[in-house]
Amino acid sequence: MPAIISVRSLGKTYAGGVIALSDVSLNIEQGEILALLGPNGAGKTTLISAICGLVVPDCGQVTVAGHDIARDWRAARAMIGLVPQEITIEPFERVINTVRFSRGLFGKPPDEAHIEKVLRALSLWDKRKARNMELSGGMKRRVLIAKALSHEPRILFLDEPTAGVDVTLRRDMWALVRRLRDDGVTIILTTHYIEEAEEMADRIGVINHGRLLLVEDKTKLMKHMGRKTLRLELQEPVEQVPQALAPYGLRIEEDGRVLVFGYDTRAGRTGITRLLADLAAAGISVRDLDTEQSSLEQIFLTLVEESA
Amino acid sequence: MNWHAIRAIYAFEMARTFRTLAQSVVSPVLSTVLYFVVFGAAIGGRIQSVEGIGYGAFIVPGLIMLTLLQQSVTNASFGIYFPKFIGTIYELLSAPVSFVEIVIGYVGAAATKAIAVALIILATATFFVDLQIDHPVWMVAFLLLTAVSFSLLGFIIGIWAGNFEQLQLIPLLVITPLVFLGGAFYSVSMLPETWQTVTRFNPVLYLVSGFRWSFFGVADVPVGTSIAAVSLFLALCLGLIGVIFRTGWRIRQ
Ligand SMILES: Nc1ncnc2c1ncn2[C@@H]1O[C@H](COP(=O)(O)OP(=O)(O)O)[C@@H](O)[C@H]1O
Ligand SMILES: [Mg+2]
Repeated sequence: MPAIISVRSLGKTYAGGVIALSDVSLNIEQGEILALLGPNGAGKTTLISAICGLVVPDCGQVTVAGHDIARDWRAARAMIGLVPQEITIEPFERVINTVRFSRGLFGKPPDEAHIEKVLRALSLWDKRKARNMELSGGMKRRVLIAKALSHEPRILFLDEPTAGVDVTLRRDMWALVRRLRDDGVTIILTTHYIEEAEEMADRIGVINHGRLLLVEDKTKLMKHMGRKTLRLELQEPVEQVPQALAPYGLRIEEDGRVLVFGYDTRAGRTGITRLLADLAAAGISVRDLDTEQSSLEQIFLTLVEESA
Repeated sequence: MNWHAIRAIYAFEMARTFRTLAQSVVSPVLSTVLYFVVFGAAIGGRIQSVEGIGYGAFIVPGLIMLTLLQQSVTNASFGIYFPKFIGTIYELLSAPVSFVEIVIGYVGAAATKAIAVALIILATATFFVDLQIDHPVWMVAFLLLTAVSFSLLGFIIGIWAGNFEQLQLIPLLVITPLVFLGGAFYSVSMLPETWQTVTRFNPVLYLVSGFRWSFFGVADVPVGTSIAAVSLFLALCLGLIGVIFRTGWRIRQ
């Protein structure tokens, strides 16, 4: 697939000295859903803001469908819809006027049929005459999405679309994103929830401390992310892992009192039952066991190690 | 040119005006009526005429100018400051809209509203005094030039302001005193010599004088000088806007 957005060696240091982006390069493919995953302060919003023209990068280059965002900014920006992380909305204006305003701002002639379609898709049609300040938080966020979709963008940025949003709305949001993708819209969303990236994305970019650690197909990445470890506390310490248990790749910890087993929660068989049986057969009795999910932090470490 | 965007900004700003119609129109009209009562009736009773014009009529151009300047500056500064304050400016900055288009939209709307209020005050004034307008075309020209110049100034203030205090500082501390000291309620020739000289440095003098000339054909300074002064001020504001545009000052990070 051709890249619709191409980011080359992007860097940004804020006035306070914070390095928010450092040598970020990324190709976003047309029609894909890309999730940018990273903890708070990783640089996700800064990256989006730089592409959308809100932040002026110190170095690097971005093109949108071949249009350089600095030189050919009008053409580049006209293709992009942005839903910001913070809910910022004109409080006194009515919903439908707010959405009409956005369409005009992006250079499109009035089109009431399209505005109605967007408002209906977001279940806002009944609220179209309400003032923005009368809406609930979730509905305000939907108004922001309606604004971003009002001008029929080919690319949609959603910055933490489900942060602080209830479960129902989150499901609605995911369904909407899929429908948009089916219509050919390229979608870039940021999140710090692994599950969200997993649920939504075709590809996942992992970002931390302003660096893009890697961009990977979801299925490949989820292999790392789906890993859990099983810690087996033994009755009697062992010197070494018996030959019969070699295929499990067990690791000895705490002077032989603990065996650690890594497995994939997504695999059809995790191998835990057989491992326990084989342990018993080898005469090793287990006193206690405990599992832990690899944390985002650990995944970063694994990713960095592996990509090095 | 992104005309749809200019139209959208203009319409959005005008809608804001209509939402607050009562306070937009009632308060300037009310204060004008008060000025008439205080200056026109109470004081005007003792001042028979200034330069051959009844005092009540004499102050009308000055009153209109006072309102026009205040309205232009506050509308435009608030118009651009508010999106900055609540954060909706993100949309302007991410839209395919140039700085010039943003300025045309906001300044156009602010000037329109200021002129509308000025005309309402003019209409109100006709209830109190008999008015003549010798040069209606010039009157409109002065209204337009002044409204646009001071809306530009307001836009600059709105971009510059970091909080609401700063937003109100200039209209309060600069505009109103300049209008009062600029011959809105008296002829400069009524002042002592030294004060006449000081007043010549007040740009508002040239506005009020020129505007008054378009009504009654009498002026404190030659009309040509007035027109030159307004044009100079307009050029100055446009230049400042240009500088802001080039430096991205206080808008983009
Ligand atoms: N306007 C700003 N001025 C100074 N520092 C900022 C600004 N915006 C963000 N930062 C800093 O840049 C880093 C990246 O922030 P951000 O891009 O918002 O991260 P994320 O969206 O991943 O949470 C953080 O350390 C943040 O504190
Ligand atoms: Mg963020």
